[in-house]
Amino acid sequence: MTRYIIRRLLQGILLLLIISVILFALTNAMGDPLASFGGRRRIRSSDRERLTRQLGLDKPVLVQYAVWLIGNDWMDVDVDGDGLPEAKGTRRGILRGDWGNSFMEKRPVNEIIAERLPNTLLLMLTCEVVIILLSLAIGMYSAIRQYSLFDHVFTGLSFIGYSMPIFWLALILMFVFAVYFKKWGLPIYFPTVGKYDLTVGPTVLQVAWHMVLPVATISIMSIASYSRYIRSCMLEVIGQDYIRTARSKGLTEGVILARHAFKNAALPLVTIVGMDLPLLLGGAVVTESIFAWPGMGRLFWNAAQDTDIPVLMGVMTLISAAVVVFQIITDMTYTFLDPRIRYD
Amino acid sequence: MTVAEGPFETQAAVAERPAWTPTQMAWRRFRRHKMAMFGACLLIGIILYVIGGAFVLSEEYANRNDLSITLSPPSREHPFGTDGTGRDILARTIYGGQISILIGLCAVVVSVTVGVVVGAIAGYYGGVIDAILMRFTEAMFNIPQLFLLIVLAKFLSGKIPTFELLGRSFSGSVIVIIGVIGVTSWMYLARIVRAQFLALKEWEFVTAARCVGVRNFGLIFRHILPNSIAPIVVSATLGVASAILNEAYVSFLGLGVQAPTATWGNMLDQAYHHLDTEPWMWFFPGMLILLTVLSINFLGDGLRDALDPRAVV
Repeated sequence: MTRYIIRRLLQGILLLLIISVILFALTNAMGDPLASFGGRRRIRSSDRERLTRQLGLDKPVLVQYAVWLIGNDWMDVDVDGDGLPEAKGTRRGILRGDWGNSFMEKRPVNEIIAERLPNTLLLMLTCEVVIILLSLAIGMYSAIRQYSLFDHVFTGLSFIGYSMPIFWLALILMFVFAVYFKKWGLPIYFPTVGKYDLTVGPTVLQVAWHMVLPVATISIMSIASYSRYIRSCMLEVIGQDYIRTARSKGLTEGVILARHAFKNAALPLVTIVGMDLPLLLGGAVVTESIFAWPGMGRLFWNAAQDTDIPVLMGVMTLISAAVVVFQIITDMTYTFLDPRIRYD
Repeated sequence: MTVAEGPFETQAAVAERPAWTPTQMAWRRFRRHKMAMFGACLLIGIILYVIGGAFVLSEEYANRNDLSITLSPPSREHPFGTDGTGRDILARTIYGGQISILIGLCAVVVSVTVGVVVGAIAGYYGGVIDAILMRFTEAMFNIPQLFLLIVLAKFLSGKIPTFELLGRSFSGSVIVIIGVIGVTSWMYLARIVRAQFLALKEWEFVTAARCVGVRNFGLIFRHILPNSIAPIVVSATLGVASAILNEAYVSFLGLGVQAPTATWGNMLDQAYHHLDTEPWMWFFPGMLILLTVLSINFLGDGLRDALDPRAVV
């Protein structure tokens, strides 16, 4: 088992290296990072040359990648941008915890991400709880009452759910629950943008209130596919011999479902949650942009517009690393939960 | 002999009637699948709408600006209302639909080509080639697709000029979007094809074909590939649906096909600013995306049950 974990970790590190090369090659070809440096003014060509040298953008991509990865304190860099390298660099590279400085905000990327990460985690963990509870409930009930009205209605709804562009769902929810609720003069209507009302401040109630619509949007999409998955797992489990044995022992239907069927039917959920959780971190680009939620998705989108390479690389590497790590954790959890599975 | 023994033959042999070909059996299963038939009918309706509509309203009309009637709500002359520059939304959903569906189909051609070639080569040759190709596939697979879409769409935007085809002019961004969606969605298929090849290459018919002197190229494309066609067809069908959705995402973020060429996606990119005052601007294109994707998903589900009864969902 230990050998298996070590092998997976080594593979994971190799994978992350490949991912970072692909990402670095792509982000560097994305556009001109200096284009949005001067704000609305065009920057002078002499300034442009100096900045290009100071940021090290004149170097070959491979050298830039090496600097990003392991830093530049081993080589001479051009600090004042006159074309002549004079002193050792100060970058330490992502492997030693230095994620570089944002081009736009001129401060460390780790700092920027650390500000946004809690917001995204708050949103995503809430979503994940809602998703797991509701999709378990819907999926199990549809399986127990297969081909009932409830089952048919939710089959239809789930197909509609995952055929919808997420932003369109967001627009519909905003239109009904914010615009129309307000228009009809209902006492409650939901806010559509931001994390809290600036006049009230970030109180718990405010934040929770502002989370309702984004959480609903993301959850509906995932519940649509998860509940179908749970349903098919549950149907498979119910048809198995040990359930029949439990029935013939005279156990009540409730005990059979709760104690015997539930455990095995819910197991595969670990896999999809483990695989989707890190994707939710980044997958919320669209949702966070619409609801102006100050999370990582929106950070990524803003950085993409400004070609802020260090921020883009930081966000994408973090999420890819999360994907890789979560895959390993998921597989490990699985062996723990299901002793029938062994890795050797 | 290129057809593998499967449940088709055994089932057909048991029944006391002239044996059905696998195609006939698949068609029977498909016809019995109510949701798939519903999806097929809905999809035919949508295709009639986007093609038939073109005979009623001209493309020139769909792109004509009329600043005297900007943002007017649905009325007799403009059943779906007009947009920010007074263009008729009904006509734009017709022409936008053509482009959106075209993008969906072409992107799938790209992704299926890449996926099949990578999967086939990795699965057939194995060893070092397999290891390299699969590490790359895995790396691409682990980067969230929307990130790749945004980065690539920005990378390629404005690099291909407008071109003429069949008497219509297309913005070069159509090609960019097709390519970008295609190269970010082949990984799943490559894995399926590889698994198929790993299993199939051990079969006797492959050994037999090799014995009579068929070369690697022939073995891959004439003998093994036709036997793994079922999962490819299913995943390609579902791929059209996700490509249409991806086009909508990229366009919604403003990186999609550029105006005046309409797509369902780029008709939505200003939607946010018209959320409460002009809901008709975003409701109709979104609804058409939903219906199209829904019908293709139903169709794909039916195809999976019909072509690949052993597949685990």
